[in-house]
Amino acid sequence: MDEAVAVVLIVAVSTYAVFAGADFGAGFWDLVAGGADRGERPRALVDHSIGPVWEANHVWLIFALVVLWTAFPEAFASITLTLFVPLTLVALGIVLRGASFAFRKSLFRTSERRPLGAIFAFSSVLVPYCMGAVAGAIASGRVPAGGEAGDPWSSWVNPTSIVGGVLAVTVCAYLASVYLIWDAHRLADDSLVEYFRRRAVVTAVAAGAVAFAGIFVLRSDARYVFDGFTARALPLVVLSALCGVGSLVLLLRRSYRGARLLAAGAVASIVWAWGVAQWPYILPTSLKVSAAAAPSATLTAVLVVFGIAAVLVVPSLALLYTLDQRSLLPEESVDSQRATGASTPAS
Amino acid sequence: MSALSLLGGNVLAVDPVPWARAQMAFTLASHIILVPLGVSWACMTLVANWRAIKREDHDALLLAQRWSKYMAVTFAVGAVTGTVLTFEFGLLWPTFMGTWGAAFGIPFAVEGLFFFIEAIFIAIYIFGWKRLRPWPHFWTGVPIVLAGIGGTLSVVAANAWMNEPAGFTLNKAGEVVDVDPLKVIFNDAWPYEASHMLVAAYLVGGFLIASVYAVGMLKGRRDRYHRLGFLIPFTIAAIATPAQMFVGDTLARWVYNNEPTKFAAIELVPDTESDVPETLLGRIDSDGNVTGGIAIPGLASWLSDPSTGTSTVIQGLDSFPADERPTTREVNTVHLAWDVMVGLATLLFLLSAWYWLAWIFRRDMPRSKLFLWVASGAGVAAVLAMEAGWVVTEVGRQPWIVHNYMKVEDAATTNGGVWITFIVVAAIYLTLATTVILVLRSMSRRFRRQAELVDTDAPYGPRELPSERTQEEEPVGG
Repeated sequence: MDEAVAVVLIVAVSTYAVFAGADFGAGFWDLVAGGADRGERPRALVDHSIGPVWEANHVWLIFALVVLWTAFPEAFASITLTLFVPLTLVALGIVLRGASFAFRKSLFRTSERRPLGAIFAFSSVLVPYCMGAVAGAIASGRVPAGGEAGDPWSSWVNPTSIVGGVLAVTVCAYLASVYLIWDAHRLADDSLVEYFRRRAVVTAVAAGAVAFAGIFVLRSDARYVFDGFTARALPLVVLSALCGVGSLVLLLRRSYRGARLLAAGAVASIVWAWGVAQWPYILPTSLKVSAAAAPSATLTAVLVVFGIAAVLVVPSLALLYTLDQRSLLPEESVDSQRATGASTPAS
Repeated sequence: MSALSLLGGNVLAVDPVPWARAQMAFTLASHIILVPLGVSWACMTLVANWRAIKREDHDALLLAQRWSKYMAVTFAVGAVTGTVLTFEFGLLWPTFMGTWGAAFGIPFAVEGLFFFIEAIFIAIYIFGWKRLRPWPHFWTGVPIVLAGIGGTLSVVAANAWMNEPAGFTLNKAGEVVDVDPLKVIFNDAWPYEASHMLVAAYLVGGFLIASVYAVGMLKGRRDRYHRLGFLIPFTIAAIATPAQMFVGDTLARWVYNNEPTKFAAIELVPDTESDVPETLLGRIDSDGNVTGGIAIPGLASWLSDPSTGTSTVIQGLDSFPADERPTTREVNTVHLAWDVMVGLATLLFLLSAWYWLAWIFRRDMPRSKLFLWVASGAGVAAVLAMEAGWVVTEVGRQPWIVHNYMKVEDAATTNGGVWITFIVVAAIYLTLATTVILVLRSMSRRFRRQAELVDTDAPYGPRELPSERTQEEEPVGG
């Protein structure tokens, strides 16, 4: 049963990566979009595109944390004890990011929007970096089990964590650019399609390069997981690479719908590969999934909740995404600002 | 790295327990202000929305639409401040989570479901005004209300479990080896605590929103729009308040029977005895002498169990070992918080009574300026009452984090840097609170400016576009 709950956990983490990752990446593109004039249109697209969905996507993180602490309490306690600093940064970054995004959307003056936008964009990069570093800390065996704290700094400032952090930021940016192409395409904005297509190609190559460099880092710094990646998890690694290359090819051929699917596939399969690579450990190599697992009644409860989620939440999410993709959820207050003639409209 | 190592090392390390408590209390107290809005505002918005469609009421429609835009801001801030709490369970209390996560976590797994539903449908509702048809759009709001109720009931189940832990078996080493999930969720304290908080969410949300419109009316904005903006939330609050008196009273009697330590702190009872006076305000010192305040003879005993009247015996603080009950300072805090909660709730009850009497005798809300003055303070009063209530239950449980099983000091992280995160968190949250208020005010000003310039906002389909004609021809309410 602990295997089944571990699968639920990986489903939650990989779904979070594929959906919320793109929302973080959109913040990255907001950060590098340039001055208020030059960056106005890409930023408007970012607002438009993540506005209705980011909160729902964010819930996957809550769900993953809850599954972790309920089903594998010892692992959760060890992770939060050792990785106090990066996880605090994640929590604060999430607050700053969500709040500044909501505030910015509700304000129309450039002078008010600019600092909020800067906070939103900066924290959109900080959070995935820290999450990637946390993943690196776990994968490289720097989080000890048994109520003992690992090193508060070197646990997440080390080669594997740096690769994890940089990879997370790059992958988020890549996902976001691919999704944004599709949204620009939907809104028939050809110049923005081209704008994000160029960026998607660059970040696809960059993500591939970071992942490739990561192989060598893992080999010397995280041997157990490296062995897993190159043996048990190899099919998933290959699948991820194929999806990545495939999406790049489709981007070059301007086939955006397929590129979007393959990009998501590349990210999801690398998260799955990570899970398989460190199996049977939840904290390599000090805590096994089976040893960390809660009593079976608790695991059953988590599986039941997940089952209900599959019946209730998945169709609701599908409804949200469908309405969004059919442009039935337009920006909430586009007209109001035009009516008042306020400066610098949001979109 | 050298500066960084200092932080992690011993130089700046300070005992984390008081700081962890302070940070948890501060972030919870901040988040809880947004909770009533998240739970009850959607319901009020739907009342306005329903009226708008049924009676083709333009003011109600405008109100519902604007409320949903404010809600978008408060919900977002509520979602992210709630996320901080999720992290803090581990960051501040890793031993607690490691030991009890298998039981304590279950209500949160259920809550996760409700949070999903809430986040999904709030997005559809808020963003759906322009392009969805009226009734389908209205119905997308209903799951938000239901999820708000379900979410409240499940989160409070976790807190109630800390007061009244149940549904687990420990081995000799003190590890949780078996769990009964249903007993964890439906623990003995749950029905009382959960209903108390659920009613509080409607009470506080109602008074809070109504108070904003009361201020507007005092400023001379006596139009129908403001009147509706006042009446809908105030009516809900005025229904919730008498209900809360009943729920709160039942809960207090349950605490008397089941959490005698907390009850002794609430009523400031040093020694076990009958004929215990109800002391309003007042303090207790470390020798158990109660000083100051106004003592109403026998009332605490009588309230605890009216059937035995003033002869009802209340267990005193002295009957519990000193290290298993709140400290003197904590007792005084609990007692003061109790008085604040009950005092403010009584005022809100009188205000609600005034409102209902005016409706009964004059078929209208009270017309006097005094009523609006008091009503404009009711929002803050209701928030304070709710905060005080949480102080009672949380401080009253001290020194325990899991009552009778684990103490707070044994649950905390060993990270010496918590004092730093506390200061950073406090600074960020204070800035956040200021910004929320500024943003909401700025939105309200913009809405007013806009109302002067254009006559109609355009929900349910922009009317000027021929391509959207089909939606316009859809009869309102059809």
